[in-house]
Amino acid sequence: MKKFINDVENVENEMLEGIVLAHPEYVTRLPGFDVLVRTDKKVGKVAIVSGGGSGHEPAHGGFVGKGMLDGAVPGAIFTSPTPDQVFEAIKAVDAGKGVLLVVKNYTGDIMNFEMAAELAEAEGIKVANVVTNDDVAVEDSLYTTGRRGVAGTILVHKIAGAKAETGASIEEVHATAEKVIANVRTMGVALKPCTVPAAGKPGFELSDEEMELGIGIHGEPGTERKPIQKADEIVNYLMDRILKDMKPVAGDEVAVMINGAGATPPMELYILNRRVQQILAEKGVKVFKTFVGDFMTSIDMAGASITLLKLDAELKELLLAEADTIAFKM
Amino acid sequence: MATKAEVLDFIRIYGDKMAEHRQELTDFDQAIGDGDHGINMNRGFKAVSEKLPTLGDKNIDDILKAVGMTLVSTVGGASGPLYGTAFMKAGTVLKGKEELSDQDVISAFEEGVGGIKFRGKAVQGEKTILDSMIPAIDAIKKSISEGNSMTVALEAGEKAAWEGVEYTKTIIATKGRASYLGERSIGHQDPGATSMAYLFQAAKEAAKKSGK
Repeated sequence: MKKFINDVENVENEMLEGIVLAHPEYVTRLPGFDVLVRTDKKVGKVAIVSGGGSGHEPAHGGFVGKGMLDGAVPGAIFTSPTPDQVFEAIKAVDAGKGVLLVVKNYTGDIMNFEMAAELAEAEGIKVANVVTNDDVAVEDSLYTTGRRGVAGTILVHKIAGAKAETGASIEEVHATAEKVIANVRTMGVALKPCTVPAAGKPGFELSDEEMELGIGIHGEPGTERKPIQKADEIVNYLMDRILKDMKPVAGDEVAVMINGAGATPPMELYILNRRVQQILAEKGVKVFKTFVGDFMTSIDMAGASITLLKLDAELKELLLAEADTIAFKM
Repeated sequence: MATKAEVLDFIRIYGDKMAEHRQELTDFDQAIGDGDHGINMNRGFKAVSEKLPTLGDKNIDDILKAVGMTLVSTVGGASGPLYGTAFMKAGTVLKGKEELSDQDVISAFEEGVGGIKFRGKAVQGEKTILDSMIPAIDAIKKSISEGNSMTVALEAGEKAAWEGVEYTKTIIATKGRASYLGERSIGHQDPGATSMAYLFQAAKEAAKKSGK
């Protein structure tokens, strides 16, 4: 393992210190907690809190700010934050209009956020939650925990955040977030696994000739392993899975997000994007807005995911609304 | 009968086991999960062991509740809420107790497993903690009803727990991250069922140490 770290036990803490030192105008750390909140707390709006394990930077602290999140709760690496931390975040950001929790669909995240919501409700804070589950690689059936929440979560932050800035009620913000979740689909691929510092070795083995399709964002194995192919062929495969699930028709409008897993250069992400746009053009699906970059990473994994979000008039307007955060500006 | 000293000893022994098997549990989790179970459990029980010296004058229920709270706030992931809820729930049925009858021990285990079922919304056979915990508790109840001592019962419980761990190798995960693998989860033992089997091992060793 070759990494810029001092102590595997202190990675998250030192990273948070570094984030706050770099961006004090955006984020403030709650003293004694692993919680980042918006420095310019805005009153009179629904507050939005998200979180999950660390290792996905810039998610989620990088999206705290105007038009997106009010608080982010990073847990240990790839480990859900604990209820006490989430509870502190809820109390800190609540501005009297309630708090929406954006939770990715993982067993641990759901249980910890659920316990935090119980604590907050006991103190009279209005809490609602949504669970993102955009990953089409995982079948949503009785026999699984359901689809995972992956990079599409960032578009939920963006659009729910924009809705909250309009002064909407928690019910309205919740409904908009649910609309995004119902219309966003993602699938990812890994070329090289990631190494959790405390584990000291990669989460799985992948030879130079192989790729792991249907990969999640925690270094967990994907759904299928295949010999590596040309970029266009990989995109064809991922887009086929996404489009089969989403079933857009000619004339539909979508947002596209090409997300890097942490160790894939922008050069390769743009090559993937090129083919994504060709496929959508062939199908007559109009691309309203494209995002290319690292939004939801998996430490040092080489890989990428493709996210499509089907848009209507409301989602289009909210997608373009002003956002000013460390890692996402509009 | 279990004394407070034995309960504290059990918690200490279990913490030692989580440190000792940190890598093994992590390796099992890397095969079908996200590869942090041993790391998380060890972090939680390190925090518990730092807290234990301050709990000596508390009743058993308060000790178990404090252990549960510590786990909830330090373990994270799914194991934190699950193990934490189990210890907290076990504490609630032992209100004010300074020592435990065999029936108290059984009630605590049953309350604990109820907490895990509630928090995790799982049942037996889904490749989870429950697959070693439920058979272990059943075996303990049966052994006690046959007139055995708690030490003998816990021996039977541990044996049943490890059989449950073996059983998890044969089934598909339908809860937790391993469920994403579908049939690819077959052949691997569940890390949570494994850490739970060590809990019964720790309980047995604590009972044996006291020589009853």
